[in-house]
Amino acid sequence: MHEMSIAVAVVEQVEAAAREHGMPGVARVRLHVGELAGVVPQALDFCFELACAGTLVEGAVLEAESVAARARCRACAVEWAVGMPPDLGCPSCGGGSVELLSGRELQILDVEWAGLPDVRAGQEG
Amino acid sequence: MCRTVDLRQAVLARNDGSARELRAALAARGTVAVNLLSSPGSGKTALLEAELGLARRRGVPVAALTADLATENDALRLARSGAPVKQVLTDGLCHLEAVMLAGHLTGWLPDDTRLLFVENVGNLVCPASYDLGESLRVVLASVTEGEDKPLKYPTAFGLANLVLVTKADLAAAAEFDEAAFLANVARVNPGVEVVLTSARTGQGAGVLLERALAVLDGAEPHRPVMAAAQDHGHGHGLHHHEPVVVRDGS
Repeated sequence: MHEMSIAVAVVEQVEAAAREHGMPGVARVRLHVGELAGVVPQALDFCFELACAGTLVEGAVLEAESVAARARCRACAVEWAVGMPPDLGCPSCGGGSVELLSGRELQILDVEWAGLPDVRAGQEG
Repeated sequence: MCRTVDLRQAVLARNDGSARELRAALAARGTVAVNLLSSPGSGKTALLEAELGLARRRGVPVAALTADLATENDALRLARSGAPVKQVLTDGLCHLEAVMLAGHLTGWLPDDTRLLFVENVGNLVCPASYDLGESLRVVLASVTEGEDKPLKYPTAFGLANLVLVTKADLAAAAEFDEAAFLANVARVNPGVEVVLTSARTGQGAGVLLERALAVLDGAEPHRPVMAAAQDHGHGHGLHHHEPVVVRDGS
């Protein structure tokens, strides 16, 4: 189950960003997960909670937004939703030169901080 | 007060960065890595035995690294070819990652190695997501596994530069529908070459070696449709990471 490795990678990157910005906690992490990324969102959710334990990201909510896979034929310019399992042959002209426009994303979009420090100098928030 | 930070980072950025470094380091020393993916029992090791034997007889310096959760059985089999072979035990991990591979090659891979075959953990799901720094990714499926395997594991088959059907000598007994298999591969990976092989009869043996040697000579392998969009957020080759930008919240 490679979702654990992926969850650990997400937590490491988010924790590094939190430290960089001096943030004490993370409320929410948004991901883009493409239909063809090879990741099961439920498994990722489960692993994320485990991977967060004992880090600055502990307690954060993971929001994985699915991105539909779409392709375009270079020959006849038709665009289509490739579906799952994907059909990457052009449905219009059958041409072999096809471009995948979306669906392989596995990306951290943004992070919402939690427990922002008190801005008054020297005090813990 | 700013409450969010726009990261726009590929989740596998670290692996993909390591893979790019490894690919460049291997290229600089004249080595091409071949990543072999398949389900357990599909015949990766048997085919690899044949390829290593052929390579040795042709005087091509080859090496093989094989990954399993347990046992050194595959390394013992492959070592009979006389090629340098290393067994990696993943301690339960279902796939190899680029950093792991780079670590295992350090101090082991002989300088004159031209082709490095990497036998990934037998699994069609997880290994598909990890670029290992290979220049040729090969997916194998045996005739006994069913013609719909490419549809069930579209990421693995969709990202392959070459597809090998193994155990072709059993095709009739398994009632393997070759036309259906080819159509299913074409659906997820239009244009990819599919070769029928049998390690037992020798059918198609050597095709993998030929294709790997061609890449070593500078041939561009087939570029899968699915690989193109990896540049957007998945970071294989062309992806550039946007800087971390803190939004001015209100």
